[in-house]
Parts: sequence; structure tokens; C-alpha cells
Amino acid sequence: MMKGLSSRCAFFLGFLVGTCTLYFFLRQVWFERSFALPADGGSSGVASGQDVDGKNWKVEGSALINLNHPHLTGEDSHVADELYKKVRILCWVMTGPSNLQKKASHVKATWSRHCNVVVFMSSVEDRDFPAVGLGTGEGRDQLYWKTIRAFHYALEHHGDEADWFLKADDDTFVVVDNLRWMLANHTPEEPVYFGKRFKPYAKQGYMSGGAGYVLSKEALRRFVEGFRTKVCTHTTSVEDLALGQCMEKMGVLAGDSRDTLHRETFHPFVPEHHLTGKFSKSFWYWNYCYYPIVEGPQCCSDLAISFHYVDPELMYILEYYTYHLRAYGYRHRYQPPLPGGLDKLSETETEAEAGNKDSVGAAGPQAEEQAKVETVQANRVTPASEKNPSDNRTVTSQEK
Amino acid sequence: MKMLSEGSSFLKGLLLGALFCLLLSLLGSLSSEPQPNTEHGDDHGDDHHHHHIKAPSKEELQRMPEDLRMQLSQNVRVYCAIMVQPKILNFWATAKDTWSKHCDKAVFYTSESAKALEAVDLQEKDEWPKIRKALKHAFENAGDLRWFFLARATTFAIIENLKHLLLIKDSSQAFYMGNVVKAGELEYVEYDSGIVFSYETLRQLVRIFNDEERCPERGRALWKLSEEKELALCLKYTGVYAENGEDSRGKGLFNKKSVSALISEGLAKSPSNVVENCCPDLAVTFGGMSPNQMQVMMFGVYRLRPYGHIYHDSLIFMPPEGSDND
Repeated sequence: MMKGLSSRCAFFLGFLVGTCTLYFFLRQVWFERSFALPADGGSSGVASGQDVDGKNWKVEGSALINLNHPHLTGEDSHVADELYKKVRILCWVMTGPSNLQKKASHVKATWSRHCNVVVFMSSVEDRDFPAVGLGTGEGRDQLYWKTIRAFHYALEHHGDEADWFLKADDDTFVVVDNLRWMLANHTPEEPVYFGKRFKPYAKQGYMSGGAGYVLSKEALRRFVEGFRTKVCTHTTSVEDLALGQCMEKMGVLAGDSRDTLHRETFHPFVPEHHLTGKFSKSFWYWNYCYYPIVEGPQCCSDLAISFHYVDPELMYILEYYTYHLRAYGYRHRYQPPLPGGLDKLSETETEAEAGNKDSVGAAGPQAEEQAKVETVQANRVTPASEKNPSDNRTVTSQEK
Repeated sequence: MKMLSEGSSFLKGLLLGALFCLLLSLLGSLSSEPQPNTEHGDDHGDDHHHHHIKAPSKEELQRMPEDLRMQLSQNVRVYCAIMVQPKILNFWATAKDTWSKHCDKAVFYTSESAKALEAVDLQEKDEWPKIRKALKHAFENAGDLRWFFLARATTFAIIENLKHLLLIKDSSQAFYMGNVVKAGELEYVEYDSGIVFSYETLRQLVRIFNDEERCPERGRALWKLSEEKELALCLKYTGVYAENGEDSRGKGLFNKKSVSALISEGLAKSPSNVVENCCPDLAVTFGGMSPNQMQVMMFGVYRLRPYGHIYHDSLIFMPPEGSDND
């Protein structure tokens, strides 16, 4: 009897020891917990314009009319809002049935939310997406047919709802706010169109299709008129060139879309390519660009308008880079001028910027070798308190 | 005979107990959720047993008198200790050409020197001893800088956002922060997403470096630990604990993954609100990018923006001299 008891005790003891040992071992080795919040916790208060259920979009036929373009946490967007009202843009996106979910849906979820009106142009109608059926086929040889019909559709159905008409591909990323800035210096009655300007084959050049191009209302009217009078016809399926030739015939000017430092805004490739790539001298690009090519950081304006060959993932990345990610308090090198017609608007902003411009030699951080001054120069900017009484925006700048 | 049967019972019990425990923990890990931390970071507290450091909110900063804000902006200057080696020459050159220009002082620490680029040659191949030497050097050469940021050149940091996070923190208190991970009992700051130290922490760290028993120079011999864990252990002995850097809404600011990876994960998980759920506006670090992608991030952070959207930030940081990619 004694034997049984002691071996049972031994068993229990062993069980206890085994459990405890393994528990402590696992704690050290296996259980690792991160402190990060789960991804869907604490999402910011951004209005999402992705639901086509009347909340942020009104569906009108096959177009999405913007009711509530996205606003960001903590921002003052009164200038952007003013431009939204003054420079109305209809964006039409060239796509096809097999790309609606693969590509166009990501356009819908990102940059197109910033347009006043957006229409997805396909060969076949899709009521749910929604997408317009242009009644063409699919494929490269149909591109100009689709373009012709798409522009006709846009003028006919939405001519009164927009001042400018942008064409983009379903792999083009557009910063619509920057497009408004550029266009605000022009009027929709001017016969002009803008994009990434190429030079061959047309006297005044033409605009690259992939990088997107935008027509004024007058330019669009003339385009449609050209087809009515048969001055313009379907000459070739090379859509951008053909359109450029029609524009030339109808007396529409090929505009210069570069910023005030002559940096390009419409880009036919992805940002990485323009910022870091070296185009080989035999590459066609060198012979096509109307303006001198700049490689490296000055390739691209801070107020870039478009990039091309953007895959779905990059769409979201660029949306994040453009509208969300920023450096707190950073005073940008490039201070773009307020476009004409908005002078009265934000005196606060221009005053503040002017004040900052005068902070000469207010260098940023690093001044290693220079045995520079340690005193911080306080740069006071008096806010225009009449405009923004609640804005206690006295600013201190930092320098080494 | 008795001894043998007892022994075998004991062994049987041992095995069964271990198995039992394994089973329980497997079941447990399948059903349990990661516990959300309900503690709130204490901004001004002397007691640092809280685990979260939150960035100041807009309202907090606006309430501050101007001269206080000015004083704070003078004090929040960062010494960047960037760990490199010739093997990652691309990243070394890119870090030098991009984000490190926004540090008040950026010093590169290498395991061996490279002809093309300047650095402090620590002549040390092992990571933990290398970090020890680098931190000691940083502490001794701090000048009047009181915040330290340790990162590999494969990490991209936005120093202005780090300064924003540190703005109302006191560098004479011990801070050790970044993205905090818990391994068993030990909470440590992840190396790959960057580690932030206050001057006081470095002071204590450098002191305990002399304690060969608690903080051995070449790391613990018996159970090999990663350098980030060695660091956490040494600091634990001085009473300094890891703290998670978050924005005012609790979202982690330090990431070892790239925006691309985080977006992909978000897309797979829930295809709506991908951008909004991905990453905070004022993120401090990202990792996992190629040198070219870092140049794109430089453009994305410091230049690319939508016209007409203004932020009335309480401070201004000027662009660095002699640079054109920001």
C-alpha cells in the first residue's frame, strides 16, 4: 500500500513540475505580444467617399456626383474648398469590363473622390459599378473610338456640371487639387488643353494619353464640333496623337502645364522612375518630350498632377503620401503663388508665407561643421486676427 | 525496486504535465485576443511605469504660451546615430542623402570603414557591442543635444514628427521608446523601427555598461539574445522601461514595415478605408524599403502635397541647407 501511495505522489509531483516548467519556458520563448493597436482600431475621422449609397456620392445615371469630397483631420482646407467650387472638374476614367474590379475600383476608392464628377468609361455598361457602355470593342485599336465617344458623352450629359474635362487611364494617379491650382489661372472659355506635352508629329505637340490630359469646356465643344463638321475624324487608333491633331485643327492651344519653376506636373511614369531613374539616351522619351527632361528630384513639381503605370497598391500609397503623410510643422521650400481670382481669399496664408520667406538663413537642423550660432531666432508671424480670431498661430521657427 | 517505480511515476507525471500545459496554451492562443492596453500615457509624469507615450494634441499645444513653445522647440533637438556597414552601402548613401539631413546631428557608425562614405569606424562586427560603442560615443559627443535616435540605415525616419512626439517630454527623465514588443516578461523596443533615448537614459546606460555581470559587453553567453533584448535587459536593471510611441489617438508611430506592406495587409483585410486605416499622418519611422523607395518617400513626405490644404501647426521647422530633395 505504501508503494502505491508514494508512486502516486511521485506522479503528481512530476505532473506539477512538468506543467510549470513548460509554462515558464513557453512564456519566455513563444508568447510575444506587441503593443501596437490592431489595424482597424482608432481609424481617423476621414470622410470616406467610397460608398456609393448616397452618403458621399450621388449616382446620376452612370456618373458619380461628388457630395462630400474628403476632408482630413486637423486641416484647414478653405482654399481647396474654394477651388473645388470655382474649378469644377469632370474626371472620366478609361477602363474596360475586365478591369473594373482589378483596377478601376481602386481609382474609385482613391483619387477620383476628389473630382466634382467622375465617370468610368467602359465598352460595356455596368449598372452596379457604375460604368458607361460606349458601345465599342476592347483593345488598343479601340482607344480613340472610346475617347471620342467618352468626350461626346461627357459634354452631352454633364456639360453644365463641369468647367474642365479630364481624361485618365485606370492606371493613372491624379492629384485633383493640384490640377485645380494649375487651371485656376485659366478660364473654361479659353480653347486650351493641358497634359504632359510631347513634340513629334504635331506642330504644337500633343499630350500623352497615359499621363492624363484635361480640356477646357471650349476645347471640348470644339472637339465635338470638329466631329460634327468632319474636320476631325477617326484618323488613327493612337488616341493621344489623334486627339492632339484634332485639337490643332480646331484651334485649341496645347498649354504649358509646368509649375512656376518650370517643373513638370503631368508624368508618364511612376514617381520612382522619374525621381531615381536614369533614362538611357536612346530611350524614345528623350525625343518625345516637348520641354527639357530633368532627372532627379527636380523632375517633378511639388504640386505634381499625375503619374502613370500606377498599380492598385501604389494608388493607395500615393493617396497616403499626398493627402496624409507629412512632416509636422515643415515649411516647404516651394511656396506656390495663390492662383488668380483667389486674391481676396486667404490673406492669412499669404501673409504668413511672406513672413516665413523673410526668415533668411533660418536653416534647418544640421550645421555640423559650421561653428554656427546656437541662438534660436524667434520668428514671429502675426496672424491676421481679423480673419482667424480663434487661430492662435504664433509661430516659432527653429534653427541651429 | 520502490525507487525505480517512483522514479518512473515521476517521469510519467513530468511528461504528462508538460503535454497538458502545451495543449492548454495551444487552445489558449487560438481563442485569446491580444489585450488592448487601457493605460494612458502620462505626458508629464515622473513615474515611468506607464507604457505609452502619446504625441501632444493640437489643443494642448495651442494652449501653451508662446515663449514656452519657443523654449521647448529649442530643447527638442535630435542626435541621430545611424548604424551602417559596407555591405549596405546603398542604404548608407541613401540615408545620408535623405532623412538624416533633418537630424540636428547625424553620425554614421560602421563596423568597418568604406572609402566613399564618412563614418565613425567602430571596428566591430557584432551588433550588440557595436551598439554599445555607438551609444557611448553619442553620449560623449552629444554637445547640447538631449535626444538620441538609434536606427539602421535601412530605416527611414521623419525627424520632425519625432520632435513633435518629444515636444513636451523632459529629456532629464529617462525615456526609452519606439515600437514596443513583449517577449515573455521582457518588453523591449524593436530595433528595426528605430529606438529613441533621452539624455538621462543614455547616462544611465553608459554607467551600467561597466557592470559586466548585469550588462555583459558581448552579450549573455548562455542564452543568445538579440541586441534589442540585450538593450532592454540592461536598461531594466537601471529601472528604465520601454514605452510605445503613439499619436494622440493611440496609433503606433514606429513601423518596421513599409507603407507598401501595410497597405497590402490592409487591402487583404478590409478593402474599404485602406488609406485611412493604414498608417498615421505623423508617422515617425518606416522600414523594409529599397533605397529608391526611400527617395520616393522623401518626395512624398517633404514635397508632394495637395494645394490648398493647410495645417496650422504650432511650430515651424525649416528645410535643411544645401539640399534639393526635400
